[in-house]
Amino acid sequence: MNAKHPGRKPSLDPLDLVGIDDVLSDEEKAVRASVRQLCDKSIDPHVAEWFESGELPVARELAKELGDLGLLGMHLQGYGCAGMSAVDYGLACLELEASDSGIRSLVSVQGSLAMFAIHRWGSEEQKQEWLPRMAAGDAIGCFGLTEPDYGSDPGSMRTHARRDGDDWVLDGAKMWITNGSIADVAVVWAKVDGDEGGSEIRGFVVPTDTPGFSAPLIKHKMSLRASVSSELVLDGVRLPQSAIFPEVRGLKGPLSCLNEARYGIIWGSLGAARSSFEAALAYSKERVQFDKPIGAFQLTQSKLAQMSTELNLGALLALHLGRRKDAGTLLPQQVSVGKLNNVTKALEICRTARTILGANGISLEYPVIRHMNNLESVLTYEGTPEMHTLVVGQALTGESAFR
Amino acid sequence: MNIVVCVKHVPDAQSERTFNEDNTTDREGVDGLLSELDEYPVEAALQLVDAAQGEVTVLTVGPDQAADAIKKSLQMGAHRGVHVNDAAIHGSDAVATSLILAEAIKKIGDVDLVLTGLASTDGTMSVVPAMLAERLGLPQVTVASELTVEGGKATIRRDGDVASETIEASLPAVVSVTDQINEPRYPSFKGIMAAKKKPVETWSLADLGVDAGSVGLDAAWTTVESFEKRPPRQKGQIVTDEGDGGTKLAQFLSAQKFI
Repeated sequence: MNAKHPGRKPSLDPLDLVGIDDVLSDEEKAVRASVRQLCDKSIDPHVAEWFESGELPVARELAKELGDLGLLGMHLQGYGCAGMSAVDYGLACLELEASDSGIRSLVSVQGSLAMFAIHRWGSEEQKQEWLPRMAAGDAIGCFGLTEPDYGSDPGSMRTHARRDGDDWVLDGAKMWITNGSIADVAVVWAKVDGDEGGSEIRGFVVPTDTPGFSAPLIKHKMSLRASVSSELVLDGVRLPQSAIFPEVRGLKGPLSCLNEARYGIIWGSLGAARSSFEAALAYSKERVQFDKPIGAFQLTQSKLAQMSTELNLGALLALHLGRRKDAGTLLPQQVSVGKLNNVTKALEICRTARTILGANGISLEYPVIRHMNNLESVLTYEGTPEMHTLVVGQALTGESAFR
Repeated sequence: MNIVVCVKHVPDAQSERTFNEDNTTDREGVDGLLSELDEYPVEAALQLVDAAQGEVTVLTVGPDQAADAIKKSLQMGAHRGVHVNDAAIHGSDAVATSLILAEAIKKIGDVDLVLTGLASTDGTMSVVPAMLAERLGLPQVTVASELTVEGGKATIRRDGDVASETIEASLPAVVSVTDQINEPRYPSFKGIMAAKKKPVETWSLADLGVDAGSVGLDAAWTTVESFEKRPPRQKGQIVTDEGDGGTKLAQFLSAQKFI
């Protein structure tokens, strides 16, 4: 039964096998359609080339275009942000990542990490200074938490900030920072001496033209090649008191931001998977071996059915978690379930699609190997599957197996 | 400058299109959308008011689901919508449609420019703009691939097979535009949110003072007698190169008016 058109016979859409579109609102579909149009026009025709050359030469122009649509910090309220729902944001991530995980990463880091951090933890002055420009795509942000030696265990970070008169002076290094080399502003997490001895983590808003700040590009990547990944070097970076996030202390600050970005990945990873599935489905109908399309062979049909089933299950999970987020009831452990499942399954879907395309599966003429390689990063960034497994394990048993 | 854009909600060409038992287009059983050719006049209108202020009203005639065509136009940036919806309109031909549109435009009043697309993508009659201009007693300048409005005049460029004409008309005027005139914008998130609060009026035939007997299937001057599915695409013509391949190719393209 079609809710909107009661008299209409339901029809089968191979790209929406169980009809999940039925439970999206017209506005949500409009958001998705606009993002897809932007991707069709400005990303898809070029992204394989960006991936191959390992560069994102139009990052600035692209950011402006993404900003014009309203994509940057789209789920934040005020300060020039579009104020859309979590489900809208998820649908946007899915379409972006159906084009490329690297482009979705640019948007995630801008909106869910850098802008969210300033929006949630920044002073009014910090918000006024940065958020409108970042929403418009005129300023690009990055987020420095991970270090060369500390990934899953950020609490052991070495980057520190010391008081010098009224100023703060930052020293240290951050690693694998998306948007780093093109950023105008970096949100940097560092250890400071606590009021009662020991140390605590605080966040700083660092304009990237501050002396002592540099962001060398990380090269020789085999994944997220259409994305800027950088090291952040902090060598005596002197900041005024106004640069610190006034209230938040401890890992809660950065982890709250990661939770936002992880939520987007639950949806985004499905985009990469959908794109690979679409390519494999189309190929299976065209590619003829032994006088019939390979899609007519049982082994190929088995692969396609498995891929489609996992895609639909992942989409239902993403949508359910999105509705919870909009209702204000989404828990971090539930985000872990979503990220763990959807990225793992998305990667499997891409790998299976690769096998259906045979040798063509490794060519950049098709999106499949690009998505597959990209998801190798998405799998471990924003929390490795091991960490998310342990988070779920702790949620189930009450026992922490990692700390 | 106040602009009315006439738009149509049409069955999505991507889906399986069918007819009803009375040989009218089935608008219930398939997904519909704002006719792609109507995105161009909406964009043209938005560009004109962006440059010179004014209001863009989108006008559609159609059943309940035609409201989606108005909504899409409002999301793109149009200011308000008018939806003429009346069961008696079912099966109306171009003559009746132009009557309803003309009466609605008179009721909207204070209109400087009426824009339409080149044709609807379902009926593809292409005659409504001319009929509309006649009924309104306004100049008609059709098939515009370029449009400027200045000093109380609309100037268009119309591209023919062998020449481009520049045509001028005094305002108010009815202008139909082609898909060459611009690149329609897609709705921004702010546009999608703002559209929810924009006014849409729904008018019946009685609101327009149009006699229900003068429109609809029974009053139509044309009827669809029968229909059949398009035959599957034939194999293309193969040109064998016997030293004159280039000439043959050029002859083919010329005959098809591609060159």
